[in-house]
Amino acid sequence: MSVATGKRTPLYSRHTEMGARCIEFGGWLMPLQYSGILAEHHAVRNAAGLFDVSHMGQFRVAGPGAADALDRLLTNDIRRLAVGQGQYTLMCNPDGGVLDDLIVYRMAETEYRLVVNASRTAADWAWMEARISTPSASTSVDLSDLGPAWGILALQGPLALSILAQFIARHGPSTASPALLSSLRRFHLMALPMGGGTAWVARTGYTGEDGVEMLVPAGHLLEVWDRLLETGRPQGLLPVGLGARDTLRLEACLPLYGHELTEQITPLEAGLDRFVCLDKPAFVGREALIAQKSRGAPRRCVAFRLAHSGPPPRPQYAIFSQTDPPCPIGEVASGTQSPTLGAGIGMGYVPPEFAAPETPIHIDIRGRLTSAIVTPKPLYRRPIPPPAKPLKP
Amino acid sequence: MNPHLPSSLRYTRSHEWVRMEDQIATIGITDHAQRELTDVVFVELPPAGRTLKAGDSCAVVESVKTASDIYTPLSGEVIECNPALAGSPGLVNSDPYGQGWFFKLRPSDPGELDRLLSAEAYSQSIGS
Repeated sequence: MSVATGKRTPLYSRHTEMGARCIEFGGWLMPLQYSGILAEHHAVRNAAGLFDVSHMGQFRVAGPGAADALDRLLTNDIRRLAVGQGQYTLMCNPDGGVLDDLIVYRMAETEYRLVVNASRTAADWAWMEARISTPSASTSVDLSDLGPAWGILALQGPLALSILAQFIARHGPSTASPALLSSLRRFHLMALPMGGGTAWVARTGYTGEDGVEMLVPAGHLLEVWDRLLETGRPQGLLPVGLGARDTLRLEACLPLYGHELTEQITPLEAGLDRFVCLDKPAFVGREALIAQKSRGAPRRCVAFRLAHSGPPPRPQYAIFSQTDPPCPIGEVASGTQSPTLGAGIGMGYVPPEFAAPETPIHIDIRGRLTSAIVTPKPLYRRPIPPPAKPLKP
Repeated sequence: MNPHLPSSLRYTRSHEWVRMEDQIATIGITDHAQRELTDVVFVELPPAGRTLKAGDSCAVVESVKTASDIYTPLSGEVIECNPALAGSPGLVNSDPYGQGWFFKLRPSDPGELDRLLSAEAYSQSIGS
């Protein structure tokens, strides 16, 4: 058997003790699954799941020039961020191709934290260092890699917040009340003092469910992991690996770098227009993106599902038109059997004339043209909880 | 006896198993293979009546993660496919040597069986 190699998070030994099967991902040795991809997927949809995503990179950008420097490198409008707030954003090359997609949090007045893809951490660092740590900027902006000192746990699912509230009530500091947690808005952060350090809880995720991502000092990761699992197990909380993380995010139509996003794909082609602020005076990629917007993106990222049961679509399978004769029109970026929908699903790139929902297309599944239908994103949307009862009738 | 590797079966390096009963070979994939694949969601089997040559790619097993080819360990004619796998592909994970069998074959060259691996030899080949 080949021995997988890669960097290990502080939880690696715990994962193997828990029976996880680990694989190499983005230079890291990460759990693919614990109990099984399907069981873990359903746990997140119906109860909750806990993920170690400490392979993701974390950078700190601070100083009086931090906002200006980041505003020139990122596509979204960083000026809109209040302290304690984050936003999804992209970093592009001058051609408008995506270098990475990430979340930037405003931690303090002039301090930001970036959470980037594991597979892009080194490239992002080189790109940013070359543009931020210039002699003229270095006095006002400080860029540092928090990687080894910090980890991330994601707690996701309909029961995620109530499990976290119980965890805080049992183990947390008296200053962090569970009530604060329930008022935490999407993409906002709250501090959670622990021991000598501070963890940060953000109302974000990559599963299509409610939940949080917790930025935790490396020294506290194991303790938080163990206690969250112990708290949530009776309610159905399971540890979840990268296998279910992929099926969950694909049902929710969230892009994965290396599949829906590459240096050759623009955010406009990917359908991420609302995270690109073309009104900003200057950012890397702006001119190319303005030009592409005016003439129209040549291809669009669509979601689709197979019309009938059968083998699921996979990355790189060809997409054909349902014309006579069928013509090749694009390629599948991600595909799998959806555990929630019980159907083959995927995302892929096609010309705009094939991108409208309900457009019939074909996927070439190992030589067989299989009927599929372009479907509105997301393929899965979580049920909206019933409105809270008013206090008085 | 190792329940993950019954000694009464013969094995291939590509992780198929064969059970011979009354000159009929039943073929499936090993416990090791189902673990490596992760949860099986779809199995595509050869139609009854098809003639196969040992080593032919003859079936595809799809897990959540990936699609893998299955190779017939023996030459012969397919006489039956496991109908239960269409509705319950997870049987490949839960009972790989029992209800999770793939297809039955009437071997055309009984000598081929001797070239397959014993449980012990297969165990060594997967390093368990």
